[in-house]
Amino acid sequence: MRTNSFHGPLADVQGDAGYEEHPPRMGFFTDTSVCIGCKACEVACKEWNDVPDDGYLLSGMSYDNTQALGASTWRHVAFVEKPLHPTTTDLGLPGMGPPGWDTHESGLPQAAPSGEDQATASGDSGVRWLMSSDVCKHCTHAGCLDVCPTGALFRTEFGTVVVQPDVCNGCGYCVSACPYGVIDLRKEDGRAFKCTLCYDRLKDGQTPACAQACPTESIQYGEVDELRDRADRRLAELHEKGVDVARLYGRDPDDGVGGDGAFFLLLDEPEVYGLPPDPVVTTRDIGSIWKHVGAAAATLLALGAASFAGRRR
Amino acid sequence: MRERSMVPEPEFESYYGRQIIKTPTWKTPDVPLYLFLGGMAGASAVLAEGAAVTGNEPLERVTRIAAASGAGLGTVFLVHDLGRPERFLNMLRVLKVTSPLSVGSFILAPFSALSSAAAASQVTGRLPRLGRLAGAGAALFGPPLATYTAALLSNTAVPAWHEAHRELPFVFAGSGASAAGGLAMLLTPAAQNRPARRAAIAGAAVELTAAELLKRRLGMVAEPYVQGRPGLLMRTASRMTAGAAVLSLLGGRSRLVSAVCGATYVSASLLTRFGVFEAGLASARDPKYTVVPQRERLAAKASAKTTV
Repeated sequence: MRTNSFHGPLADVQGDAGYEEHPPRMGFFTDTSVCIGCKACEVACKEWNDVPDDGYLLSGMSYDNTQALGASTWRHVAFVEKPLHPTTTDLGLPGMGPPGWDTHESGLPQAAPSGEDQATASGDSGVRWLMSSDVCKHCTHAGCLDVCPTGALFRTEFGTVVVQPDVCNGCGYCVSACPYGVIDLRKEDGRAFKCTLCYDRLKDGQTPACAQACPTESIQYGEVDELRDRADRRLAELHEKGVDVARLYGRDPDDGVGGDGAFFLLLDEPEVYGLPPDPVVTTRDIGSIWKHVGAAAATLLALGAASFAGRRR
Repeated sequence: MRERSMVPEPEFESYYGRQIIKTPTWKTPDVPLYLFLGGMAGASAVLAEGAAVTGNEPLERVTRIAAASGAGLGTVFLVHDLGRPERFLNMLRVLKVTSPLSVGSFILAPFSALSSAAAASQVTGRLPRLGRLAGAGAALFGPPLATYTAALLSNTAVPAWHEAHRELPFVFAGSGASAAGGLAMLLTPAAQNRPARRAAIAGAAVELTAAELLKRRLGMVAEPYVQGRPGLLMRTASRMTAGAAVLSLLGGRSRLVSAVCGATYVSASLLTRFGVFEAGLASARDPKYTVVPQRERLAAKASAKTTV
């Protein structure tokens, strides 16, 4: 029997999962530099997958009332609004920005302001817009899949990660294990749900609904190897044009999750979009975790035995 | 807050201050209660076997019943926590070493069966040899039952749990021993509870040491263990455990002191599990604990690259 690798690059994801013959690994490359925030992907996903609504609240976060990925949100368009020229005099007036605007305005590597001429400025208000359609990353080493105790989460022949609703018992372990905060339990249903990368459509040779609906080809669907080449070319092109804030996210097979099946081109630090800057699959440490549990269990056994040692009473 | 860190708040960016990872969906009090009961039951099974070997019948009876009822009640809470409780048997469809919940199901199931059989034999006096055999089996599954729950919490993306994966098993082992010892001290005559007293004291020492190491090693990610409500729970628990340990060292032979110490150990163990559980939730809710350590990791990697 072969041993599965728990982290690091993996050339044949499906082979590692036990498929002898399989189609190529399929995924998404989301180029956020051409995203216009139309949310067609969100709508197409909901429609095709029959995903229920998850509330009609106004969030106060720019044009983003969807707020985050979740059990009933499998595509989420983020809207980052930042003033290009932050005012230097503080008049002590109540802020106009969204909640958390001031508290988390940071002094981190100032890649952002250099994007002045690289993002859309709207009129004289001088707002820098970033839009990005987020989705499940279909990790090479997927924490959700690793920790699922029922086998409800599985690796498909396309290398994607899918939940089988007829097996899931709603234990919620996948929710705590996802380093991106993607998968969640649907409260009224009790089970876990997330993007399937339109497994049903893939089986039929079709493009996933979100990519099909995207009017600017911000969401590109294809073979992961080919998408990686395409992403590299796009990055080089942008850098050549002077868009030095462009960077790829999730493309590197050497990252903490072995690379994502769905990766991105971003125009700012990942955390600005609500993405973790250096995600690591929790199972990378499973060896160390069990080793320490074993030592602690042995300690408990020894402690118990020692309590009876010596003078008998 | 006396123990609040004086280090200035680290600066970091986020998406409208929102958390990045999801808050664990595990319910309170179900899961912390299960953590406590598993620890108490697992350690009780070890004490029961020791008591059987040394012919300490009163202690054996108490600890056998504690092991069986802890496992039974714990299973109820665990099943109740599921989004689809009627499907709890799906836990036994597969066995995966990458899933502590899967491994744990294969520890809890035999432990429950064996400890129940041992307790039933003890109480009814029937099939004594099979009962002893079952008891010995439960004693083998006991320590893994008491400690695997640390792996359950650590093998997640939750910063305060994952980063604590070295110390948490020892916190839980010690906490389980002091709970089992404490319960036996409460329910066994003072003349027969010396091993329980010793187990509780040793457990308290292991737990307090491991918890202290955890707080020192984790740096900023340890904040949830010392601040806010989880911090209060952890502080109260460690003070109660330390107090009970000192008191049982001094006056453990008195029935009254023994009972007071025992009850204190049990309550402290319960508080520890709630504290650890809630510290994890707090670390998931604040993007700081996800972003800042990852940023530091990237910076360290980058500087390592430039110096090479």
